[in-house]
Amino acid sequence: MIWQALQDLWFGFGVAFQPHNLWWSFFGVLVGNLIGVLPGMGALTAISMLLPLTYTLQPVPAILMLAGIFYGSQYGGAIGAILLNMPSHPPHAVTCLDGYPLTKQGKGGTALGITMIASFFAASFGILVMVFASPLLVQIAFKFGPTEIFSIMLLGLIAGSTMSRGSPLKGVAMTTIGLLIGTVGTDVNSGTQRFTFGLTELADKVELVALAMGLFGVADFLENVNRIKFVGSETKVRFRDMRPTKAEMKQAFWPMVRGTLVGTLFGAMPGTGPTITTFIAYAIERKIAKDPDRFGKGAIEGVASPEASTHSKTQVDFIPTMSLGIPGDAVMALLLGALLIQGIQPGPQLITEHADLFWGLIASFWVGNVLLMILNVPMIGVWVKLLAVPFRYMFPAALFFIAIGVYSTNNSLFEVYEVLVFGIFGAILMALEFPIAPILLGYVLGPLVEENFRRALLLSNGDLLVFFEKPISIGFMCVTGLLIAGQLFFAIRAAIRKRSVAQGEVHPPALHSVPDVE
Amino acid sequence: MHGAGGSRRKDWIGGALMVLLGIGAIAIGRTYQIGTLSHMGPGFFPVSLGCILVIMGAAIAATANLAHEPSEEETLPPEWRGWICIIVSLIAFVVIGHYGGLVPATFAITFISALGDRQNTLLNAFLLAAGVVVMCLLVFVWGLGIQFPLFQWGEG
Repeated sequence: MIWQALQDLWFGFGVAFQPHNLWWSFFGVLVGNLIGVLPGMGALTAISMLLPLTYTLQPVPAILMLAGIFYGSQYGGAIGAILLNMPSHPPHAVTCLDGYPLTKQGKGGTALGITMIASFFAASFGILVMVFASPLLVQIAFKFGPTEIFSIMLLGLIAGSTMSRGSPLKGVAMTTIGLLIGTVGTDVNSGTQRFTFGLTELADKVELVALAMGLFGVADFLENVNRIKFVGSETKVRFRDMRPTKAEMKQAFWPMVRGTLVGTLFGAMPGTGPTITTFIAYAIERKIAKDPDRFGKGAIEGVASPEASTHSKTQVDFIPTMSLGIPGDAVMALLLGALLIQGIQPGPQLITEHADLFWGLIASFWVGNVLLMILNVPMIGVWVKLLAVPFRYMFPAALFFIAIGVYSTNNSLFEVYEVLVFGIFGAILMALEFPIAPILLGYVLGPLVEENFRRALLLSNGDLLVFFEKPISIGFMCVTGLLIAGQLFFAIRAAIRKRSVAQGEVHPPALHSVPDVE
Repeated sequence: MHGAGGSRRKDWIGGALMVLLGIGAIAIGRTYQIGTLSHMGPGFFPVSLGCILVIMGAAIAATANLAHEPSEEETLPPEWRGWICIIVSLIAFVVIGHYGGLVPATFAITFISALGDRQNTLLNAFLLAAGVVVMCLLVFVWGLGIQFPLFQWGEG
């Protein structure tokens, strides 16, 4: 079993080291790192902007590039968080808490160094988990019929909408909106055109890229225009400053390990967003620290643990996405959408049918992470300069990239209107404090959920109890029920507590406000 | 408290919006064939989703008073200038792209949206737009060979 996995991994390295694949992987991490550094641009924006580019590529380089953008932008995001106190991507909000104080103490370089080491360590661990866990999961997954697939997708959707930040009710509403957007177009079973409003362009379906760019690009710009305060950085970071001392390494080691484990655990749970993972990793560190007062004032543990957790989670997240076809969060949903566009159906058969893709991807994670380490050493000076690009120059250029990128998916201008509509819709929802990431999750899973729901009930002659009769399905349904019950419990408890607090006491000040994008 | 009140109003509006969208989905979904549980028509799934949305919207509005932390973001006034410029710039890209070609469309989207930021002057916006046009020619036209006429007059 282990021998087999190692052999497959060896094969994967062969795929990842093909010059063509290596080049796209490198391109992905470079561009991802670059975009991640830019203020106000996270992994979702980066991936959706470059998604059209992959249409002309083969599936393997396409997915290697997109994955590279993903973890590249996470590396980049940490730089902005630590040096400028600007989380370009919400998961990095926690890194700001202790990273920025370190910068103010003149130890920004060390913080970046620790971040890089922690990220690499966590990513490596996550990759190992992926290597050994995926084949096991696949063996179970082969027993899945439509009933089981629907149950696990329901679990994924419920988890995705309730476990992220913000109100669970709003999360469920957003997922439902996403599912509805997923039904737009021609119904595969009957040929009926649904929600097309007489527009022939909608008969195919809503364009994934247009939805993603509208929600995560345009809506973000609408939200941030004239609001991002530009803070220049006088920090100069050289490679020499990035090497942590032995004492600092020792201090960061166990937080790094704990962060990695938190990330691995949460990565295996579908639907838990990266933001909540980093918050929990940080909370654990503060709780077990001997002197919690140091946190928020530049504790190195407060940087190492959250950064490690988000990187291991990123890798482990690929397991359910690739082997079950259930994306854990919005970024994974986008990658899943990219796979579907390439004509590859993620699921248990993916590992055997597209072995080059699966093992090549895993190997490329390692290669990509090594590339990132090497890349960040000479480039750190460039990144710091990039941080100085004001938002007012950046967003018009990015808007153009979005427009031309969406145009190029079908060589049609109609999709640009779609971007506009979803952009305005997303901005309104954000203004009303709805989390918008679940929309993408619902959209990508929508057609699969409907298809499997229909098939399961066709097979059971319309008996809804079928979801509670098959053993695997019952399991998923129970977990879903537990999740909902847990959320209800916490909501009621919070409401009661709030009522008692409201009777005369002062609210604790909000820790940090970040936009609601997972 | 001001913040909590704003948040509560947001939940009412948000809940109402969800209910409306749900009703819309049910109304349109009903015109497709609904079918039975064992033989679902194309309308079944949209109508069920519409029902869930209505319930969620009602629940959001009903619980608006509960479980809400006052947040500090309430006081920000709407940013109309930025909004209008970004929206107009995207429409301009489509319209000008259709009737005028890629070069003027690229210029328009960058120039107009740049004006949405209060710190950009006309000259700033002009230079930025010109720069993006040059980059567009290099990367998309020369590099990637995109299918989009550079200039054209009238209907494309």
